[in-house]
Amino acid sequence: MAVVYKKSKMLTNVPLSYCPGCAHGIVHKLVAETLEEINAEGRVIGIAPVGCAVFAYDFFNCDMQQVAHGRAPACATAIKRCHPDKIVFAYQGDGDIASIGTAEIIHAAARGENFTVIFINNAIYGMTGGQMAPTTLVGQKTTTSPFGRGKLQGNPIKLTEMLATLDGPSYLARVAVSDPANVMKAKKAIKKAFEKQVNGKGFSMVEVLSTCPTNWHMTPVQSLDFVKNEMTKVYPLGVYKDC
Amino acid sequence: MKVLMKGNEAIAEAAVRAGCRAFFGYPITPQNEVPEYFSRRMPEVNGVFIQAESEVSAINMVYGAAGSGVRAMTSSSSPGISLKQEGISYICAAELPCVIVNMVRGGPGLGGILPAQSDYFQAVKGGGHGDYKMLVYGPSTVQEAVNIMYKAFDKADQYRIPVMLLGDGVLGQIMEAIELPAMVDIQTIPKKEWATDGTGVGESRRVINTLKIKPEALEDLNNRLADKYKTLSKNETRYEEYRTDDAEIVFVAYGTVARISKSAIDTLREKGIKAGLFRPITLYPFPSVQILSLSKQDSVKKFLAIELSMGQMVEDVRLAVNGNKPVDFFGKVGGIVITPDDIVNYVIKER
Repeated sequence: MAVVYKKSKMLTNVPLSYCPGCAHGIVHKLVAETLEEINAEGRVIGIAPVGCAVFAYDFFNCDMQQVAHGRAPACATAIKRCHPDKIVFAYQGDGDIASIGTAEIIHAAARGENFTVIFINNAIYGMTGGQMAPTTLVGQKTTTSPFGRGKLQGNPIKLTEMLATLDGPSYLARVAVSDPANVMKAKKAIKKAFEKQVNGKGFSMVEVLSTCPTNWHMTPVQSLDFVKNEMTKVYPLGVYKDC
Repeated sequence: MKVLMKGNEAIAEAAVRAGCRAFFGYPITPQNEVPEYFSRRMPEVNGVFIQAESEVSAINMVYGAAGSGVRAMTSSSSPGISLKQEGISYICAAELPCVIVNMVRGGPGLGGILPAQSDYFQAVKGGGHGDYKMLVYGPSTVQEAVNIMYKAFDKADQYRIPVMLLGDGVLGQIMEAIELPAMVDIQTIPKKEWATDGTGVGESRRVINTLKIKPEALEDLNNRLADKYKTLSKNETRYEEYRTDDAEIVFVAYGTVARISKSAIDTLREKGIKAGLFRPITLYPFPSVQILSLSKQDSVKKFLAIELSMGQMVEDVRLAVNGNKPVDFFGKVGGIVITPDDIVNYVIKER
């Protein structure tokens, strides 16, 4: 019988810890498949963030470092500079990258550090129980913006657009994993980002609009609709830099 | 052959010769010559130098580099070291070897840029969150700082622990004639099987991690670290005694102050006052056993801890002396360095 589908060998056999309907699993799969396709097995170092994806150190079948909240780009910078022949990626959430770690991501991008960042934007702090994130939409209710994000809570940070103003990045894209067609596009973007690294082009990042049904208080299907109908209005999909 | 070098530059060169191939720093006085030196030296040895965007980033770069198996270090001064404390806690939890230089300046807050010893507590008691220690040295001369730096990476690797070199503005800025050690061939440094150099896959996969979500796992880490610190105390405690054989008053001082104390001791001896010096070289582990033993020496009437602080190390001296003899304190702050005369006059006044 022909095998038509199998788990990427760049994922371990540890069961994922993510909630039903959470898109981390999809993105892990896309990253793992990409690593396999670029023949990176045995020469990858991944960085796990603080947040739900901290357990990524158990899921990716490569050497992994777990690092302090927001500091993944600093850690990845050092690893890649010390091991320029290896593939280095940082996996970060929105609180990690766009709040506590803004300095680290901006400067790693500005320096054009030759590693790849996968940025999961689900507009909320997932692991700590649904607090407001830097990317929470205006009006969105969270446990720390119980009346909806208003003027006093500030406006959503559009990190990919911000980084696109810099000369360092070689590839910046925003994708969504809201439906099969967009998952395919996400895969293409992730592969492109890693190829930039392979070719020594410098910093690459893919922002993935993702779901958090648990803390959004939605069903998985409703949360996919929220990504498609609400999040993409604030965070337009597309390639922001490719050079 | 001796060369004349500034403390900060000599320390940087000693690190390169010890096999350090990654330096991450951020400007702050009085340690700027350290990153400046590395910025021109690292390219010569195929090493990595990065001026980070912050002290926070610099220490997390050290985490990444050290975790991937490279001899890495950072340097800073007091306010910058405060910013590094989060990273140092993570480095201790992940049991990563590295070296951290603190050329201490007076605080709190932005404080001043002149020499001080007011970061003693922060250096030896932990500094950041959680139960951890570093191996902390308080060198007294540029030559001693060079010698300690040269061995620091070996110690860091041996115990998988950060080593701190606790200096001060004087040590960083003074120029002295020194003998530099030979260049270590980095190929001879033992390979770190635990390091994430990227070759791991499947069974050979390595994970550098500080999250211990299961309480038993965290308890294991805490116990393992405590055992490590006991071993350090047993094997790595270093100190120097100067004219303590018949001393009636024993000064306890480290770093620059210890050096100044020696001059004061010679002057006091000329005046018929039998003074001596106990100089901790490791500040953690603290030479408590040796101080306790000295406190039982018949000639010793009292101890005097001398520091450029409001009195920090004196607490460890009192714990070590354990009430056997009185422990007095003399200190100066604000970046004003104690002179030999200050010490002589204090001792005569307090007799």
